[in-house]
Amino acid sequence: MKPKSDMTDYLNDREVLNPAQPTCDKSNAYTLGPLQTGPYCCIPEPVIQVKDLSLFYGAKRALDKVTLAIYRGCITALIGPSGCGKTSFLSAINRLTDLIPDCRVEGAVQFEGNDIYDATCNVQQLRKQIGMVFQKPTPFPLSIQRNIALPLREHGITQRADIQVITEQVLRDVGLWDEVCDRLDAPALSLSGGQQQRLCIARALALDPQILLMDEPCSALDPIASSVVEDLINRLNGRYTIVIVTHNLAQARRIANYAAFFWVKERERIGHLVEFGHCRDIFETPTHPLTAAYVSGTRG
Amino acid sequence: MTWWKRSILFQSASIDKWLQWLLRAGAVMAALIMVLIMLFLLLESWPALQHIALIRFFTDETWHPLEDHYNLLPMVTGTLYASCGALFLAIPLGIASALFMAFYASPRMAILYRRLIELLAGIPSVVFGFWGLTTLVPMINQWQPPGASLLAAILILTLMILPTLALTSHAALTAVPGEYLRSAAALGLSRWGMIYGVVLPAARKGIVAGILLAAGRAIGETMAVLMVAGNVVQHADSLFAPIRTLTANIALEMAYAMSDHRAVLFVSGLLLLLLVMVLTSLAGWLGKEHHV
Repeated sequence: MKPKSDMTDYLNDREVLNPAQPTCDKSNAYTLGPLQTGPYCCIPEPVIQVKDLSLFYGAKRALDKVTLAIYRGCITALIGPSGCGKTSFLSAINRLTDLIPDCRVEGAVQFEGNDIYDATCNVQQLRKQIGMVFQKPTPFPLSIQRNIALPLREHGITQRADIQVITEQVLRDVGLWDEVCDRLDAPALSLSGGQQQRLCIARALALDPQILLMDEPCSALDPIASSVVEDLINRLNGRYTIVIVTHNLAQARRIANYAAFFWVKERERIGHLVEFGHCRDIFETPTHPLTAAYVSGTRG
Repeated sequence: MTWWKRSILFQSASIDKWLQWLLRAGAVMAALIMVLIMLFLLLESWPALQHIALIRFFTDETWHPLEDHYNLLPMVTGTLYASCGALFLAIPLGIASALFMAFYASPRMAILYRRLIELLAGIPSVVFGFWGLTTLVPMINQWQPPGASLLAAILILTLMILPTLALTSHAALTAVPGEYLRSAAALGLSRWGMIYGVVLPAARKGIVAGILLAAGRAIGETMAVLMVAGNVVQHADSLFAPIRTLTANIALEMAYAMSDHRAVLFVSGLLLLLLVMVLTSLAGWLGKEHHV
């Protein structure tokens, strides 16, 4: 259990982070109308540096020498065809690759200057700071409340009052509070798909991560639920660093500050990074012909 | 309606009908067997139920069927003590072995361990009794005579239901979707945090079903218990006192029982059935999802 003063600091920090940062005003960025791209991001300060990352499943190379930087407070979209290693790349950032037998990673991923594949890295702590949301909503078969309390307890926040405060806060953040505040003890699996996904986002946010990895968070949802989640991601922009895998190019264009375009070599089936840059540049003035073909819809 | 829809409809209609009847017949057969067994038990125990007031099965001084004393209570408690004691030991052990197999052992070790447990499940009960009689009972005898006792029955039953519990729990644990595990890991949960917080609640129904199966086996087990429990009709006042279970009683006395005595044995059969029914409903109630 943290000392009380620490706890209050922690909660205060959350309060401070809460209002949208003025440097990154995106209030008009989300629209279902004509496509707009997000603005150039505020401070290009790398929080994650990926250097020559290669990923193997057994002997098969799935991802070849990816080098890119994830910038603090920005949304980075990973786009590209299926099988090009976007999801593998994402799970290499929070070491979820550890769970896959035979999966091996080469190269370096630096989070705040420390190599996460170093033997001294505390993986649990790392995953607390780098949250993840999956394609399929995966609330645990517990009550709504317990879904959020479980990871908090694991990370040392055990006071009931603290848990309640955080639960309300994160549920408000994802716009779920008004929908579920009178039935927090209801099973999480009784929620609709979109609500479940927002609960999963809330559960990740409860740990107050710096980075949120999202693996196609909207693609298992219907269009309306999907737009609600997209709206939410927009609101989180600036407060969290977000890396999002998406097959929806329009969505990437609407919400992302940076975009990374992955491609898979036809023969060897090896994924690699083709182009990385400001989202607007990737979509409007791509330098690589493959990128141009993909974003204009002629390949992919 | 398009042609293919119609053709599928026609075809499947006749197949469907056949299948429906076949399944119905199967279901009726299974239910009928159960009902017939109940009827048979009732019929056979009817003379006793007519002559002897129900309350006497619990208030008679002793179990001396030849002298018209029919107190079944010591046997009921014997059965309950032995089964509950075995469950008490085997549930934690079984779940622990299942967790070991599913989450802690290396894949090769897990397979080896599983094979071993399956082998344990396949040992005939009489072999357990045999081993109990020649090894376990003398060991307890050295410590606390006479040896053939409630404790011996509990230990033998534990060994017998342990594989059932381990295998059903393991099946329930491995049926927990991988997404839960990945999500739990992505939230920075430790292995134990994941097991305690996510896996066990998710597998709860399957584990409870396994416990029910094991309890049924413990209550119904006759041979091995008969060989090690001492079979003295008495309320066990310690773990080292010999006991007689309901099933052992039936097996021991059926061969020479006549008239009322025989009917009372059938009454004890009914009682066993009742016990299992209570257990089933209890398990059903426990297995319902509780969200705390």
